[in-house]
Amino acid sequence: MFINTLLNALPGVAAQGLIWSIMAIGVYITYKILDLPDLTVDGTMCTGGAVFIVFSSAGWNPWSALLAAFLAGMIAGLATGLLHTACGIPAILAGILTQLGLYSVNLRIMGQSNRPISVDKYDLLVSARNVREWSLSNPILVCLLFTAATIGVLYWFFGTEQGCAVRATGANPSMARAQGINTSFTTVLGLMLSNGLVALSAALLAQYQGFADVNSGRGAIVIGLAAVIIGDVLLGKVFRNFALKLTSVVFGSLIYYLVYQVVILLGLKSDDMKLITALIVALFLAVPYWKGRYFTKHAKKGAGSHA
Amino acid sequence: MLELKNIHKTFNPGTVNEKRALNGLDLSLRDGDFVTVIGGNGAGKSTMLNVISGAYSVDEGSIFIGGADVTRLPEYKRAPYIGRVFQDPMMGTAATMQIEENLALAARRGQRRGLKKGITRAEREEYRELLKILGLGLEDRLTSKVGLLSGGQRQALTLLMATLRRPQLLLLDEHTAALDPKTAAKVLDATETIVRRDNLTTLMITHNMRDAIAHGNRLVMLYDGRVVVDVRGEEKRRLTVEDLLEKFNQASGSTEADDKLLLS
Repeated sequence: MFINTLLNALPGVAAQGLIWSIMAIGVYITYKILDLPDLTVDGTMCTGGAVFIVFSSAGWNPWSALLAAFLAGMIAGLATGLLHTACGIPAILAGILTQLGLYSVNLRIMGQSNRPISVDKYDLLVSARNVREWSLSNPILVCLLFTAATIGVLYWFFGTEQGCAVRATGANPSMARAQGINTSFTTVLGLMLSNGLVALSAALLAQYQGFADVNSGRGAIVIGLAAVIIGDVLLGKVFRNFALKLTSVVFGSLIYYLVYQVVILLGLKSDDMKLITALIVALFLAVPYWKGRYFTKHAKKGAGSHA
Repeated sequence: MLELKNIHKTFNPGTVNEKRALNGLDLSLRDGDFVTVIGGNGAGKSTMLNVISGAYSVDEGSIFIGGADVTRLPEYKRAPYIGRVFQDPMMGTAATMQIEENLALAARRGQRRGLKKGITRAEREEYRELLKILGLGLEDRLTSKVGLLSGGQRQALTLLMATLRRPQLLLLDEHTAALDPKTAAKVLDATETIVRRDNLTTLMITHNMRDAIAHGNRLVMLYDGRVVVDVRGEEKRRLTVEDLLEKFNQASGSTEADDKLLLS
């Protein structure tokens, strides 16, 4: 019985997991590559959907509306980036400020706290309705293509001169500056790229669900982190190549939604998931710390002690 | 080549932690000068390099590199002129990136970074040859993460990166201080080789008086944020540690600093 229900839910799990994986890849860019936790995404995760629905309702074709959502996300990233680099505000606080401001902006964009969009009336790229269909409009297939394209483009970008500069900024900012890299610029660039992807993911989610909600981004950063961390813990040792690292984020996201589904089927409410997600992330972050602190067998080798 | 005019720099002004690091510093380097810099703790040696590189801004005074006024330029815009090796082996390289990626970043110092490939095949071959000069076996580990290297290997790599594109000015901030004596000597040898080969204008801070005397064509001693001793040419060649102490005492007007300088 339980297994049957779960199997029935699997297509939905796959579609949602893939949509959120694009968001999680955005988080990966800030959290892992730039080494800078960006809380803007809780706001951007609504902005993307809001912008998409508003543009789509106004008669734009879905691709243009998707592009608009992506650009809106980039503007949000730009705001956080400038607060951080030009105004000297710590990254976490800069993200919180933008996120708070976005709440008002999102309400202004939508005009109301929840805005539906019907797949019957408008041309949408993905919809939960088709999730069990064997057709080209199946959201799993569409989302798979989006995810693959995202990974492909990022793999290319982070191999370019500018992409390497962004990576160097996250790895060692003082070294980056010594090599002539404008670290303020690369930080802003990374934040814009990240939030653009989050908004893209949000736009896909709004289509899939058929609505955008002003609260839909709440806790998104933690879900993104969960996907990044789960992927890293399970596959980090095997997947070393950059494209594979991003793929592990996708797996992390899929696993997260599988667990989510199981927990729901076990009788918990979806509102409880926020607590469970927070606990999962806290645990996964704590384990490496505990390992280093209480289970160290050998003293760490000092970097300067031998040659 | 390099000109520092009346540089003042005070940290935490107006607080109990106020520290006058540079106090009317004047220094002028000619093209090809290899200057060793000594001085006790707090004399302003590191601050001087950080002010030149743009890591710190100055309160007063001006800085010229190759005739260009760089006083107001941010750090990254001065990078095209300057190669740097830091005291901390962790500072000069990106640990999570590969050896060849680090070199490729350094190869693009001062150039516009676009959407071309971050590293080309031709570059890889070039880096392999360059790494052979160091004699540390790094030429076979191009794709290893720099974080896996020892402190000495990292400093040698940083030195290579700093000089990959010939800098107008090379700044070495006690770059061998964190290494064991044997490795330090190796890195210092590599420094001497590269500086001679490319005839680089160099400022090298060192805590070791013998190194300061053995290397370079000019020696500068800082005290209290100013140059108090400046020896060059024939005089520098004949210099001994005793002479240096004598000069220091004259400049500072006391003898108590002897131990401080020797021990530091």
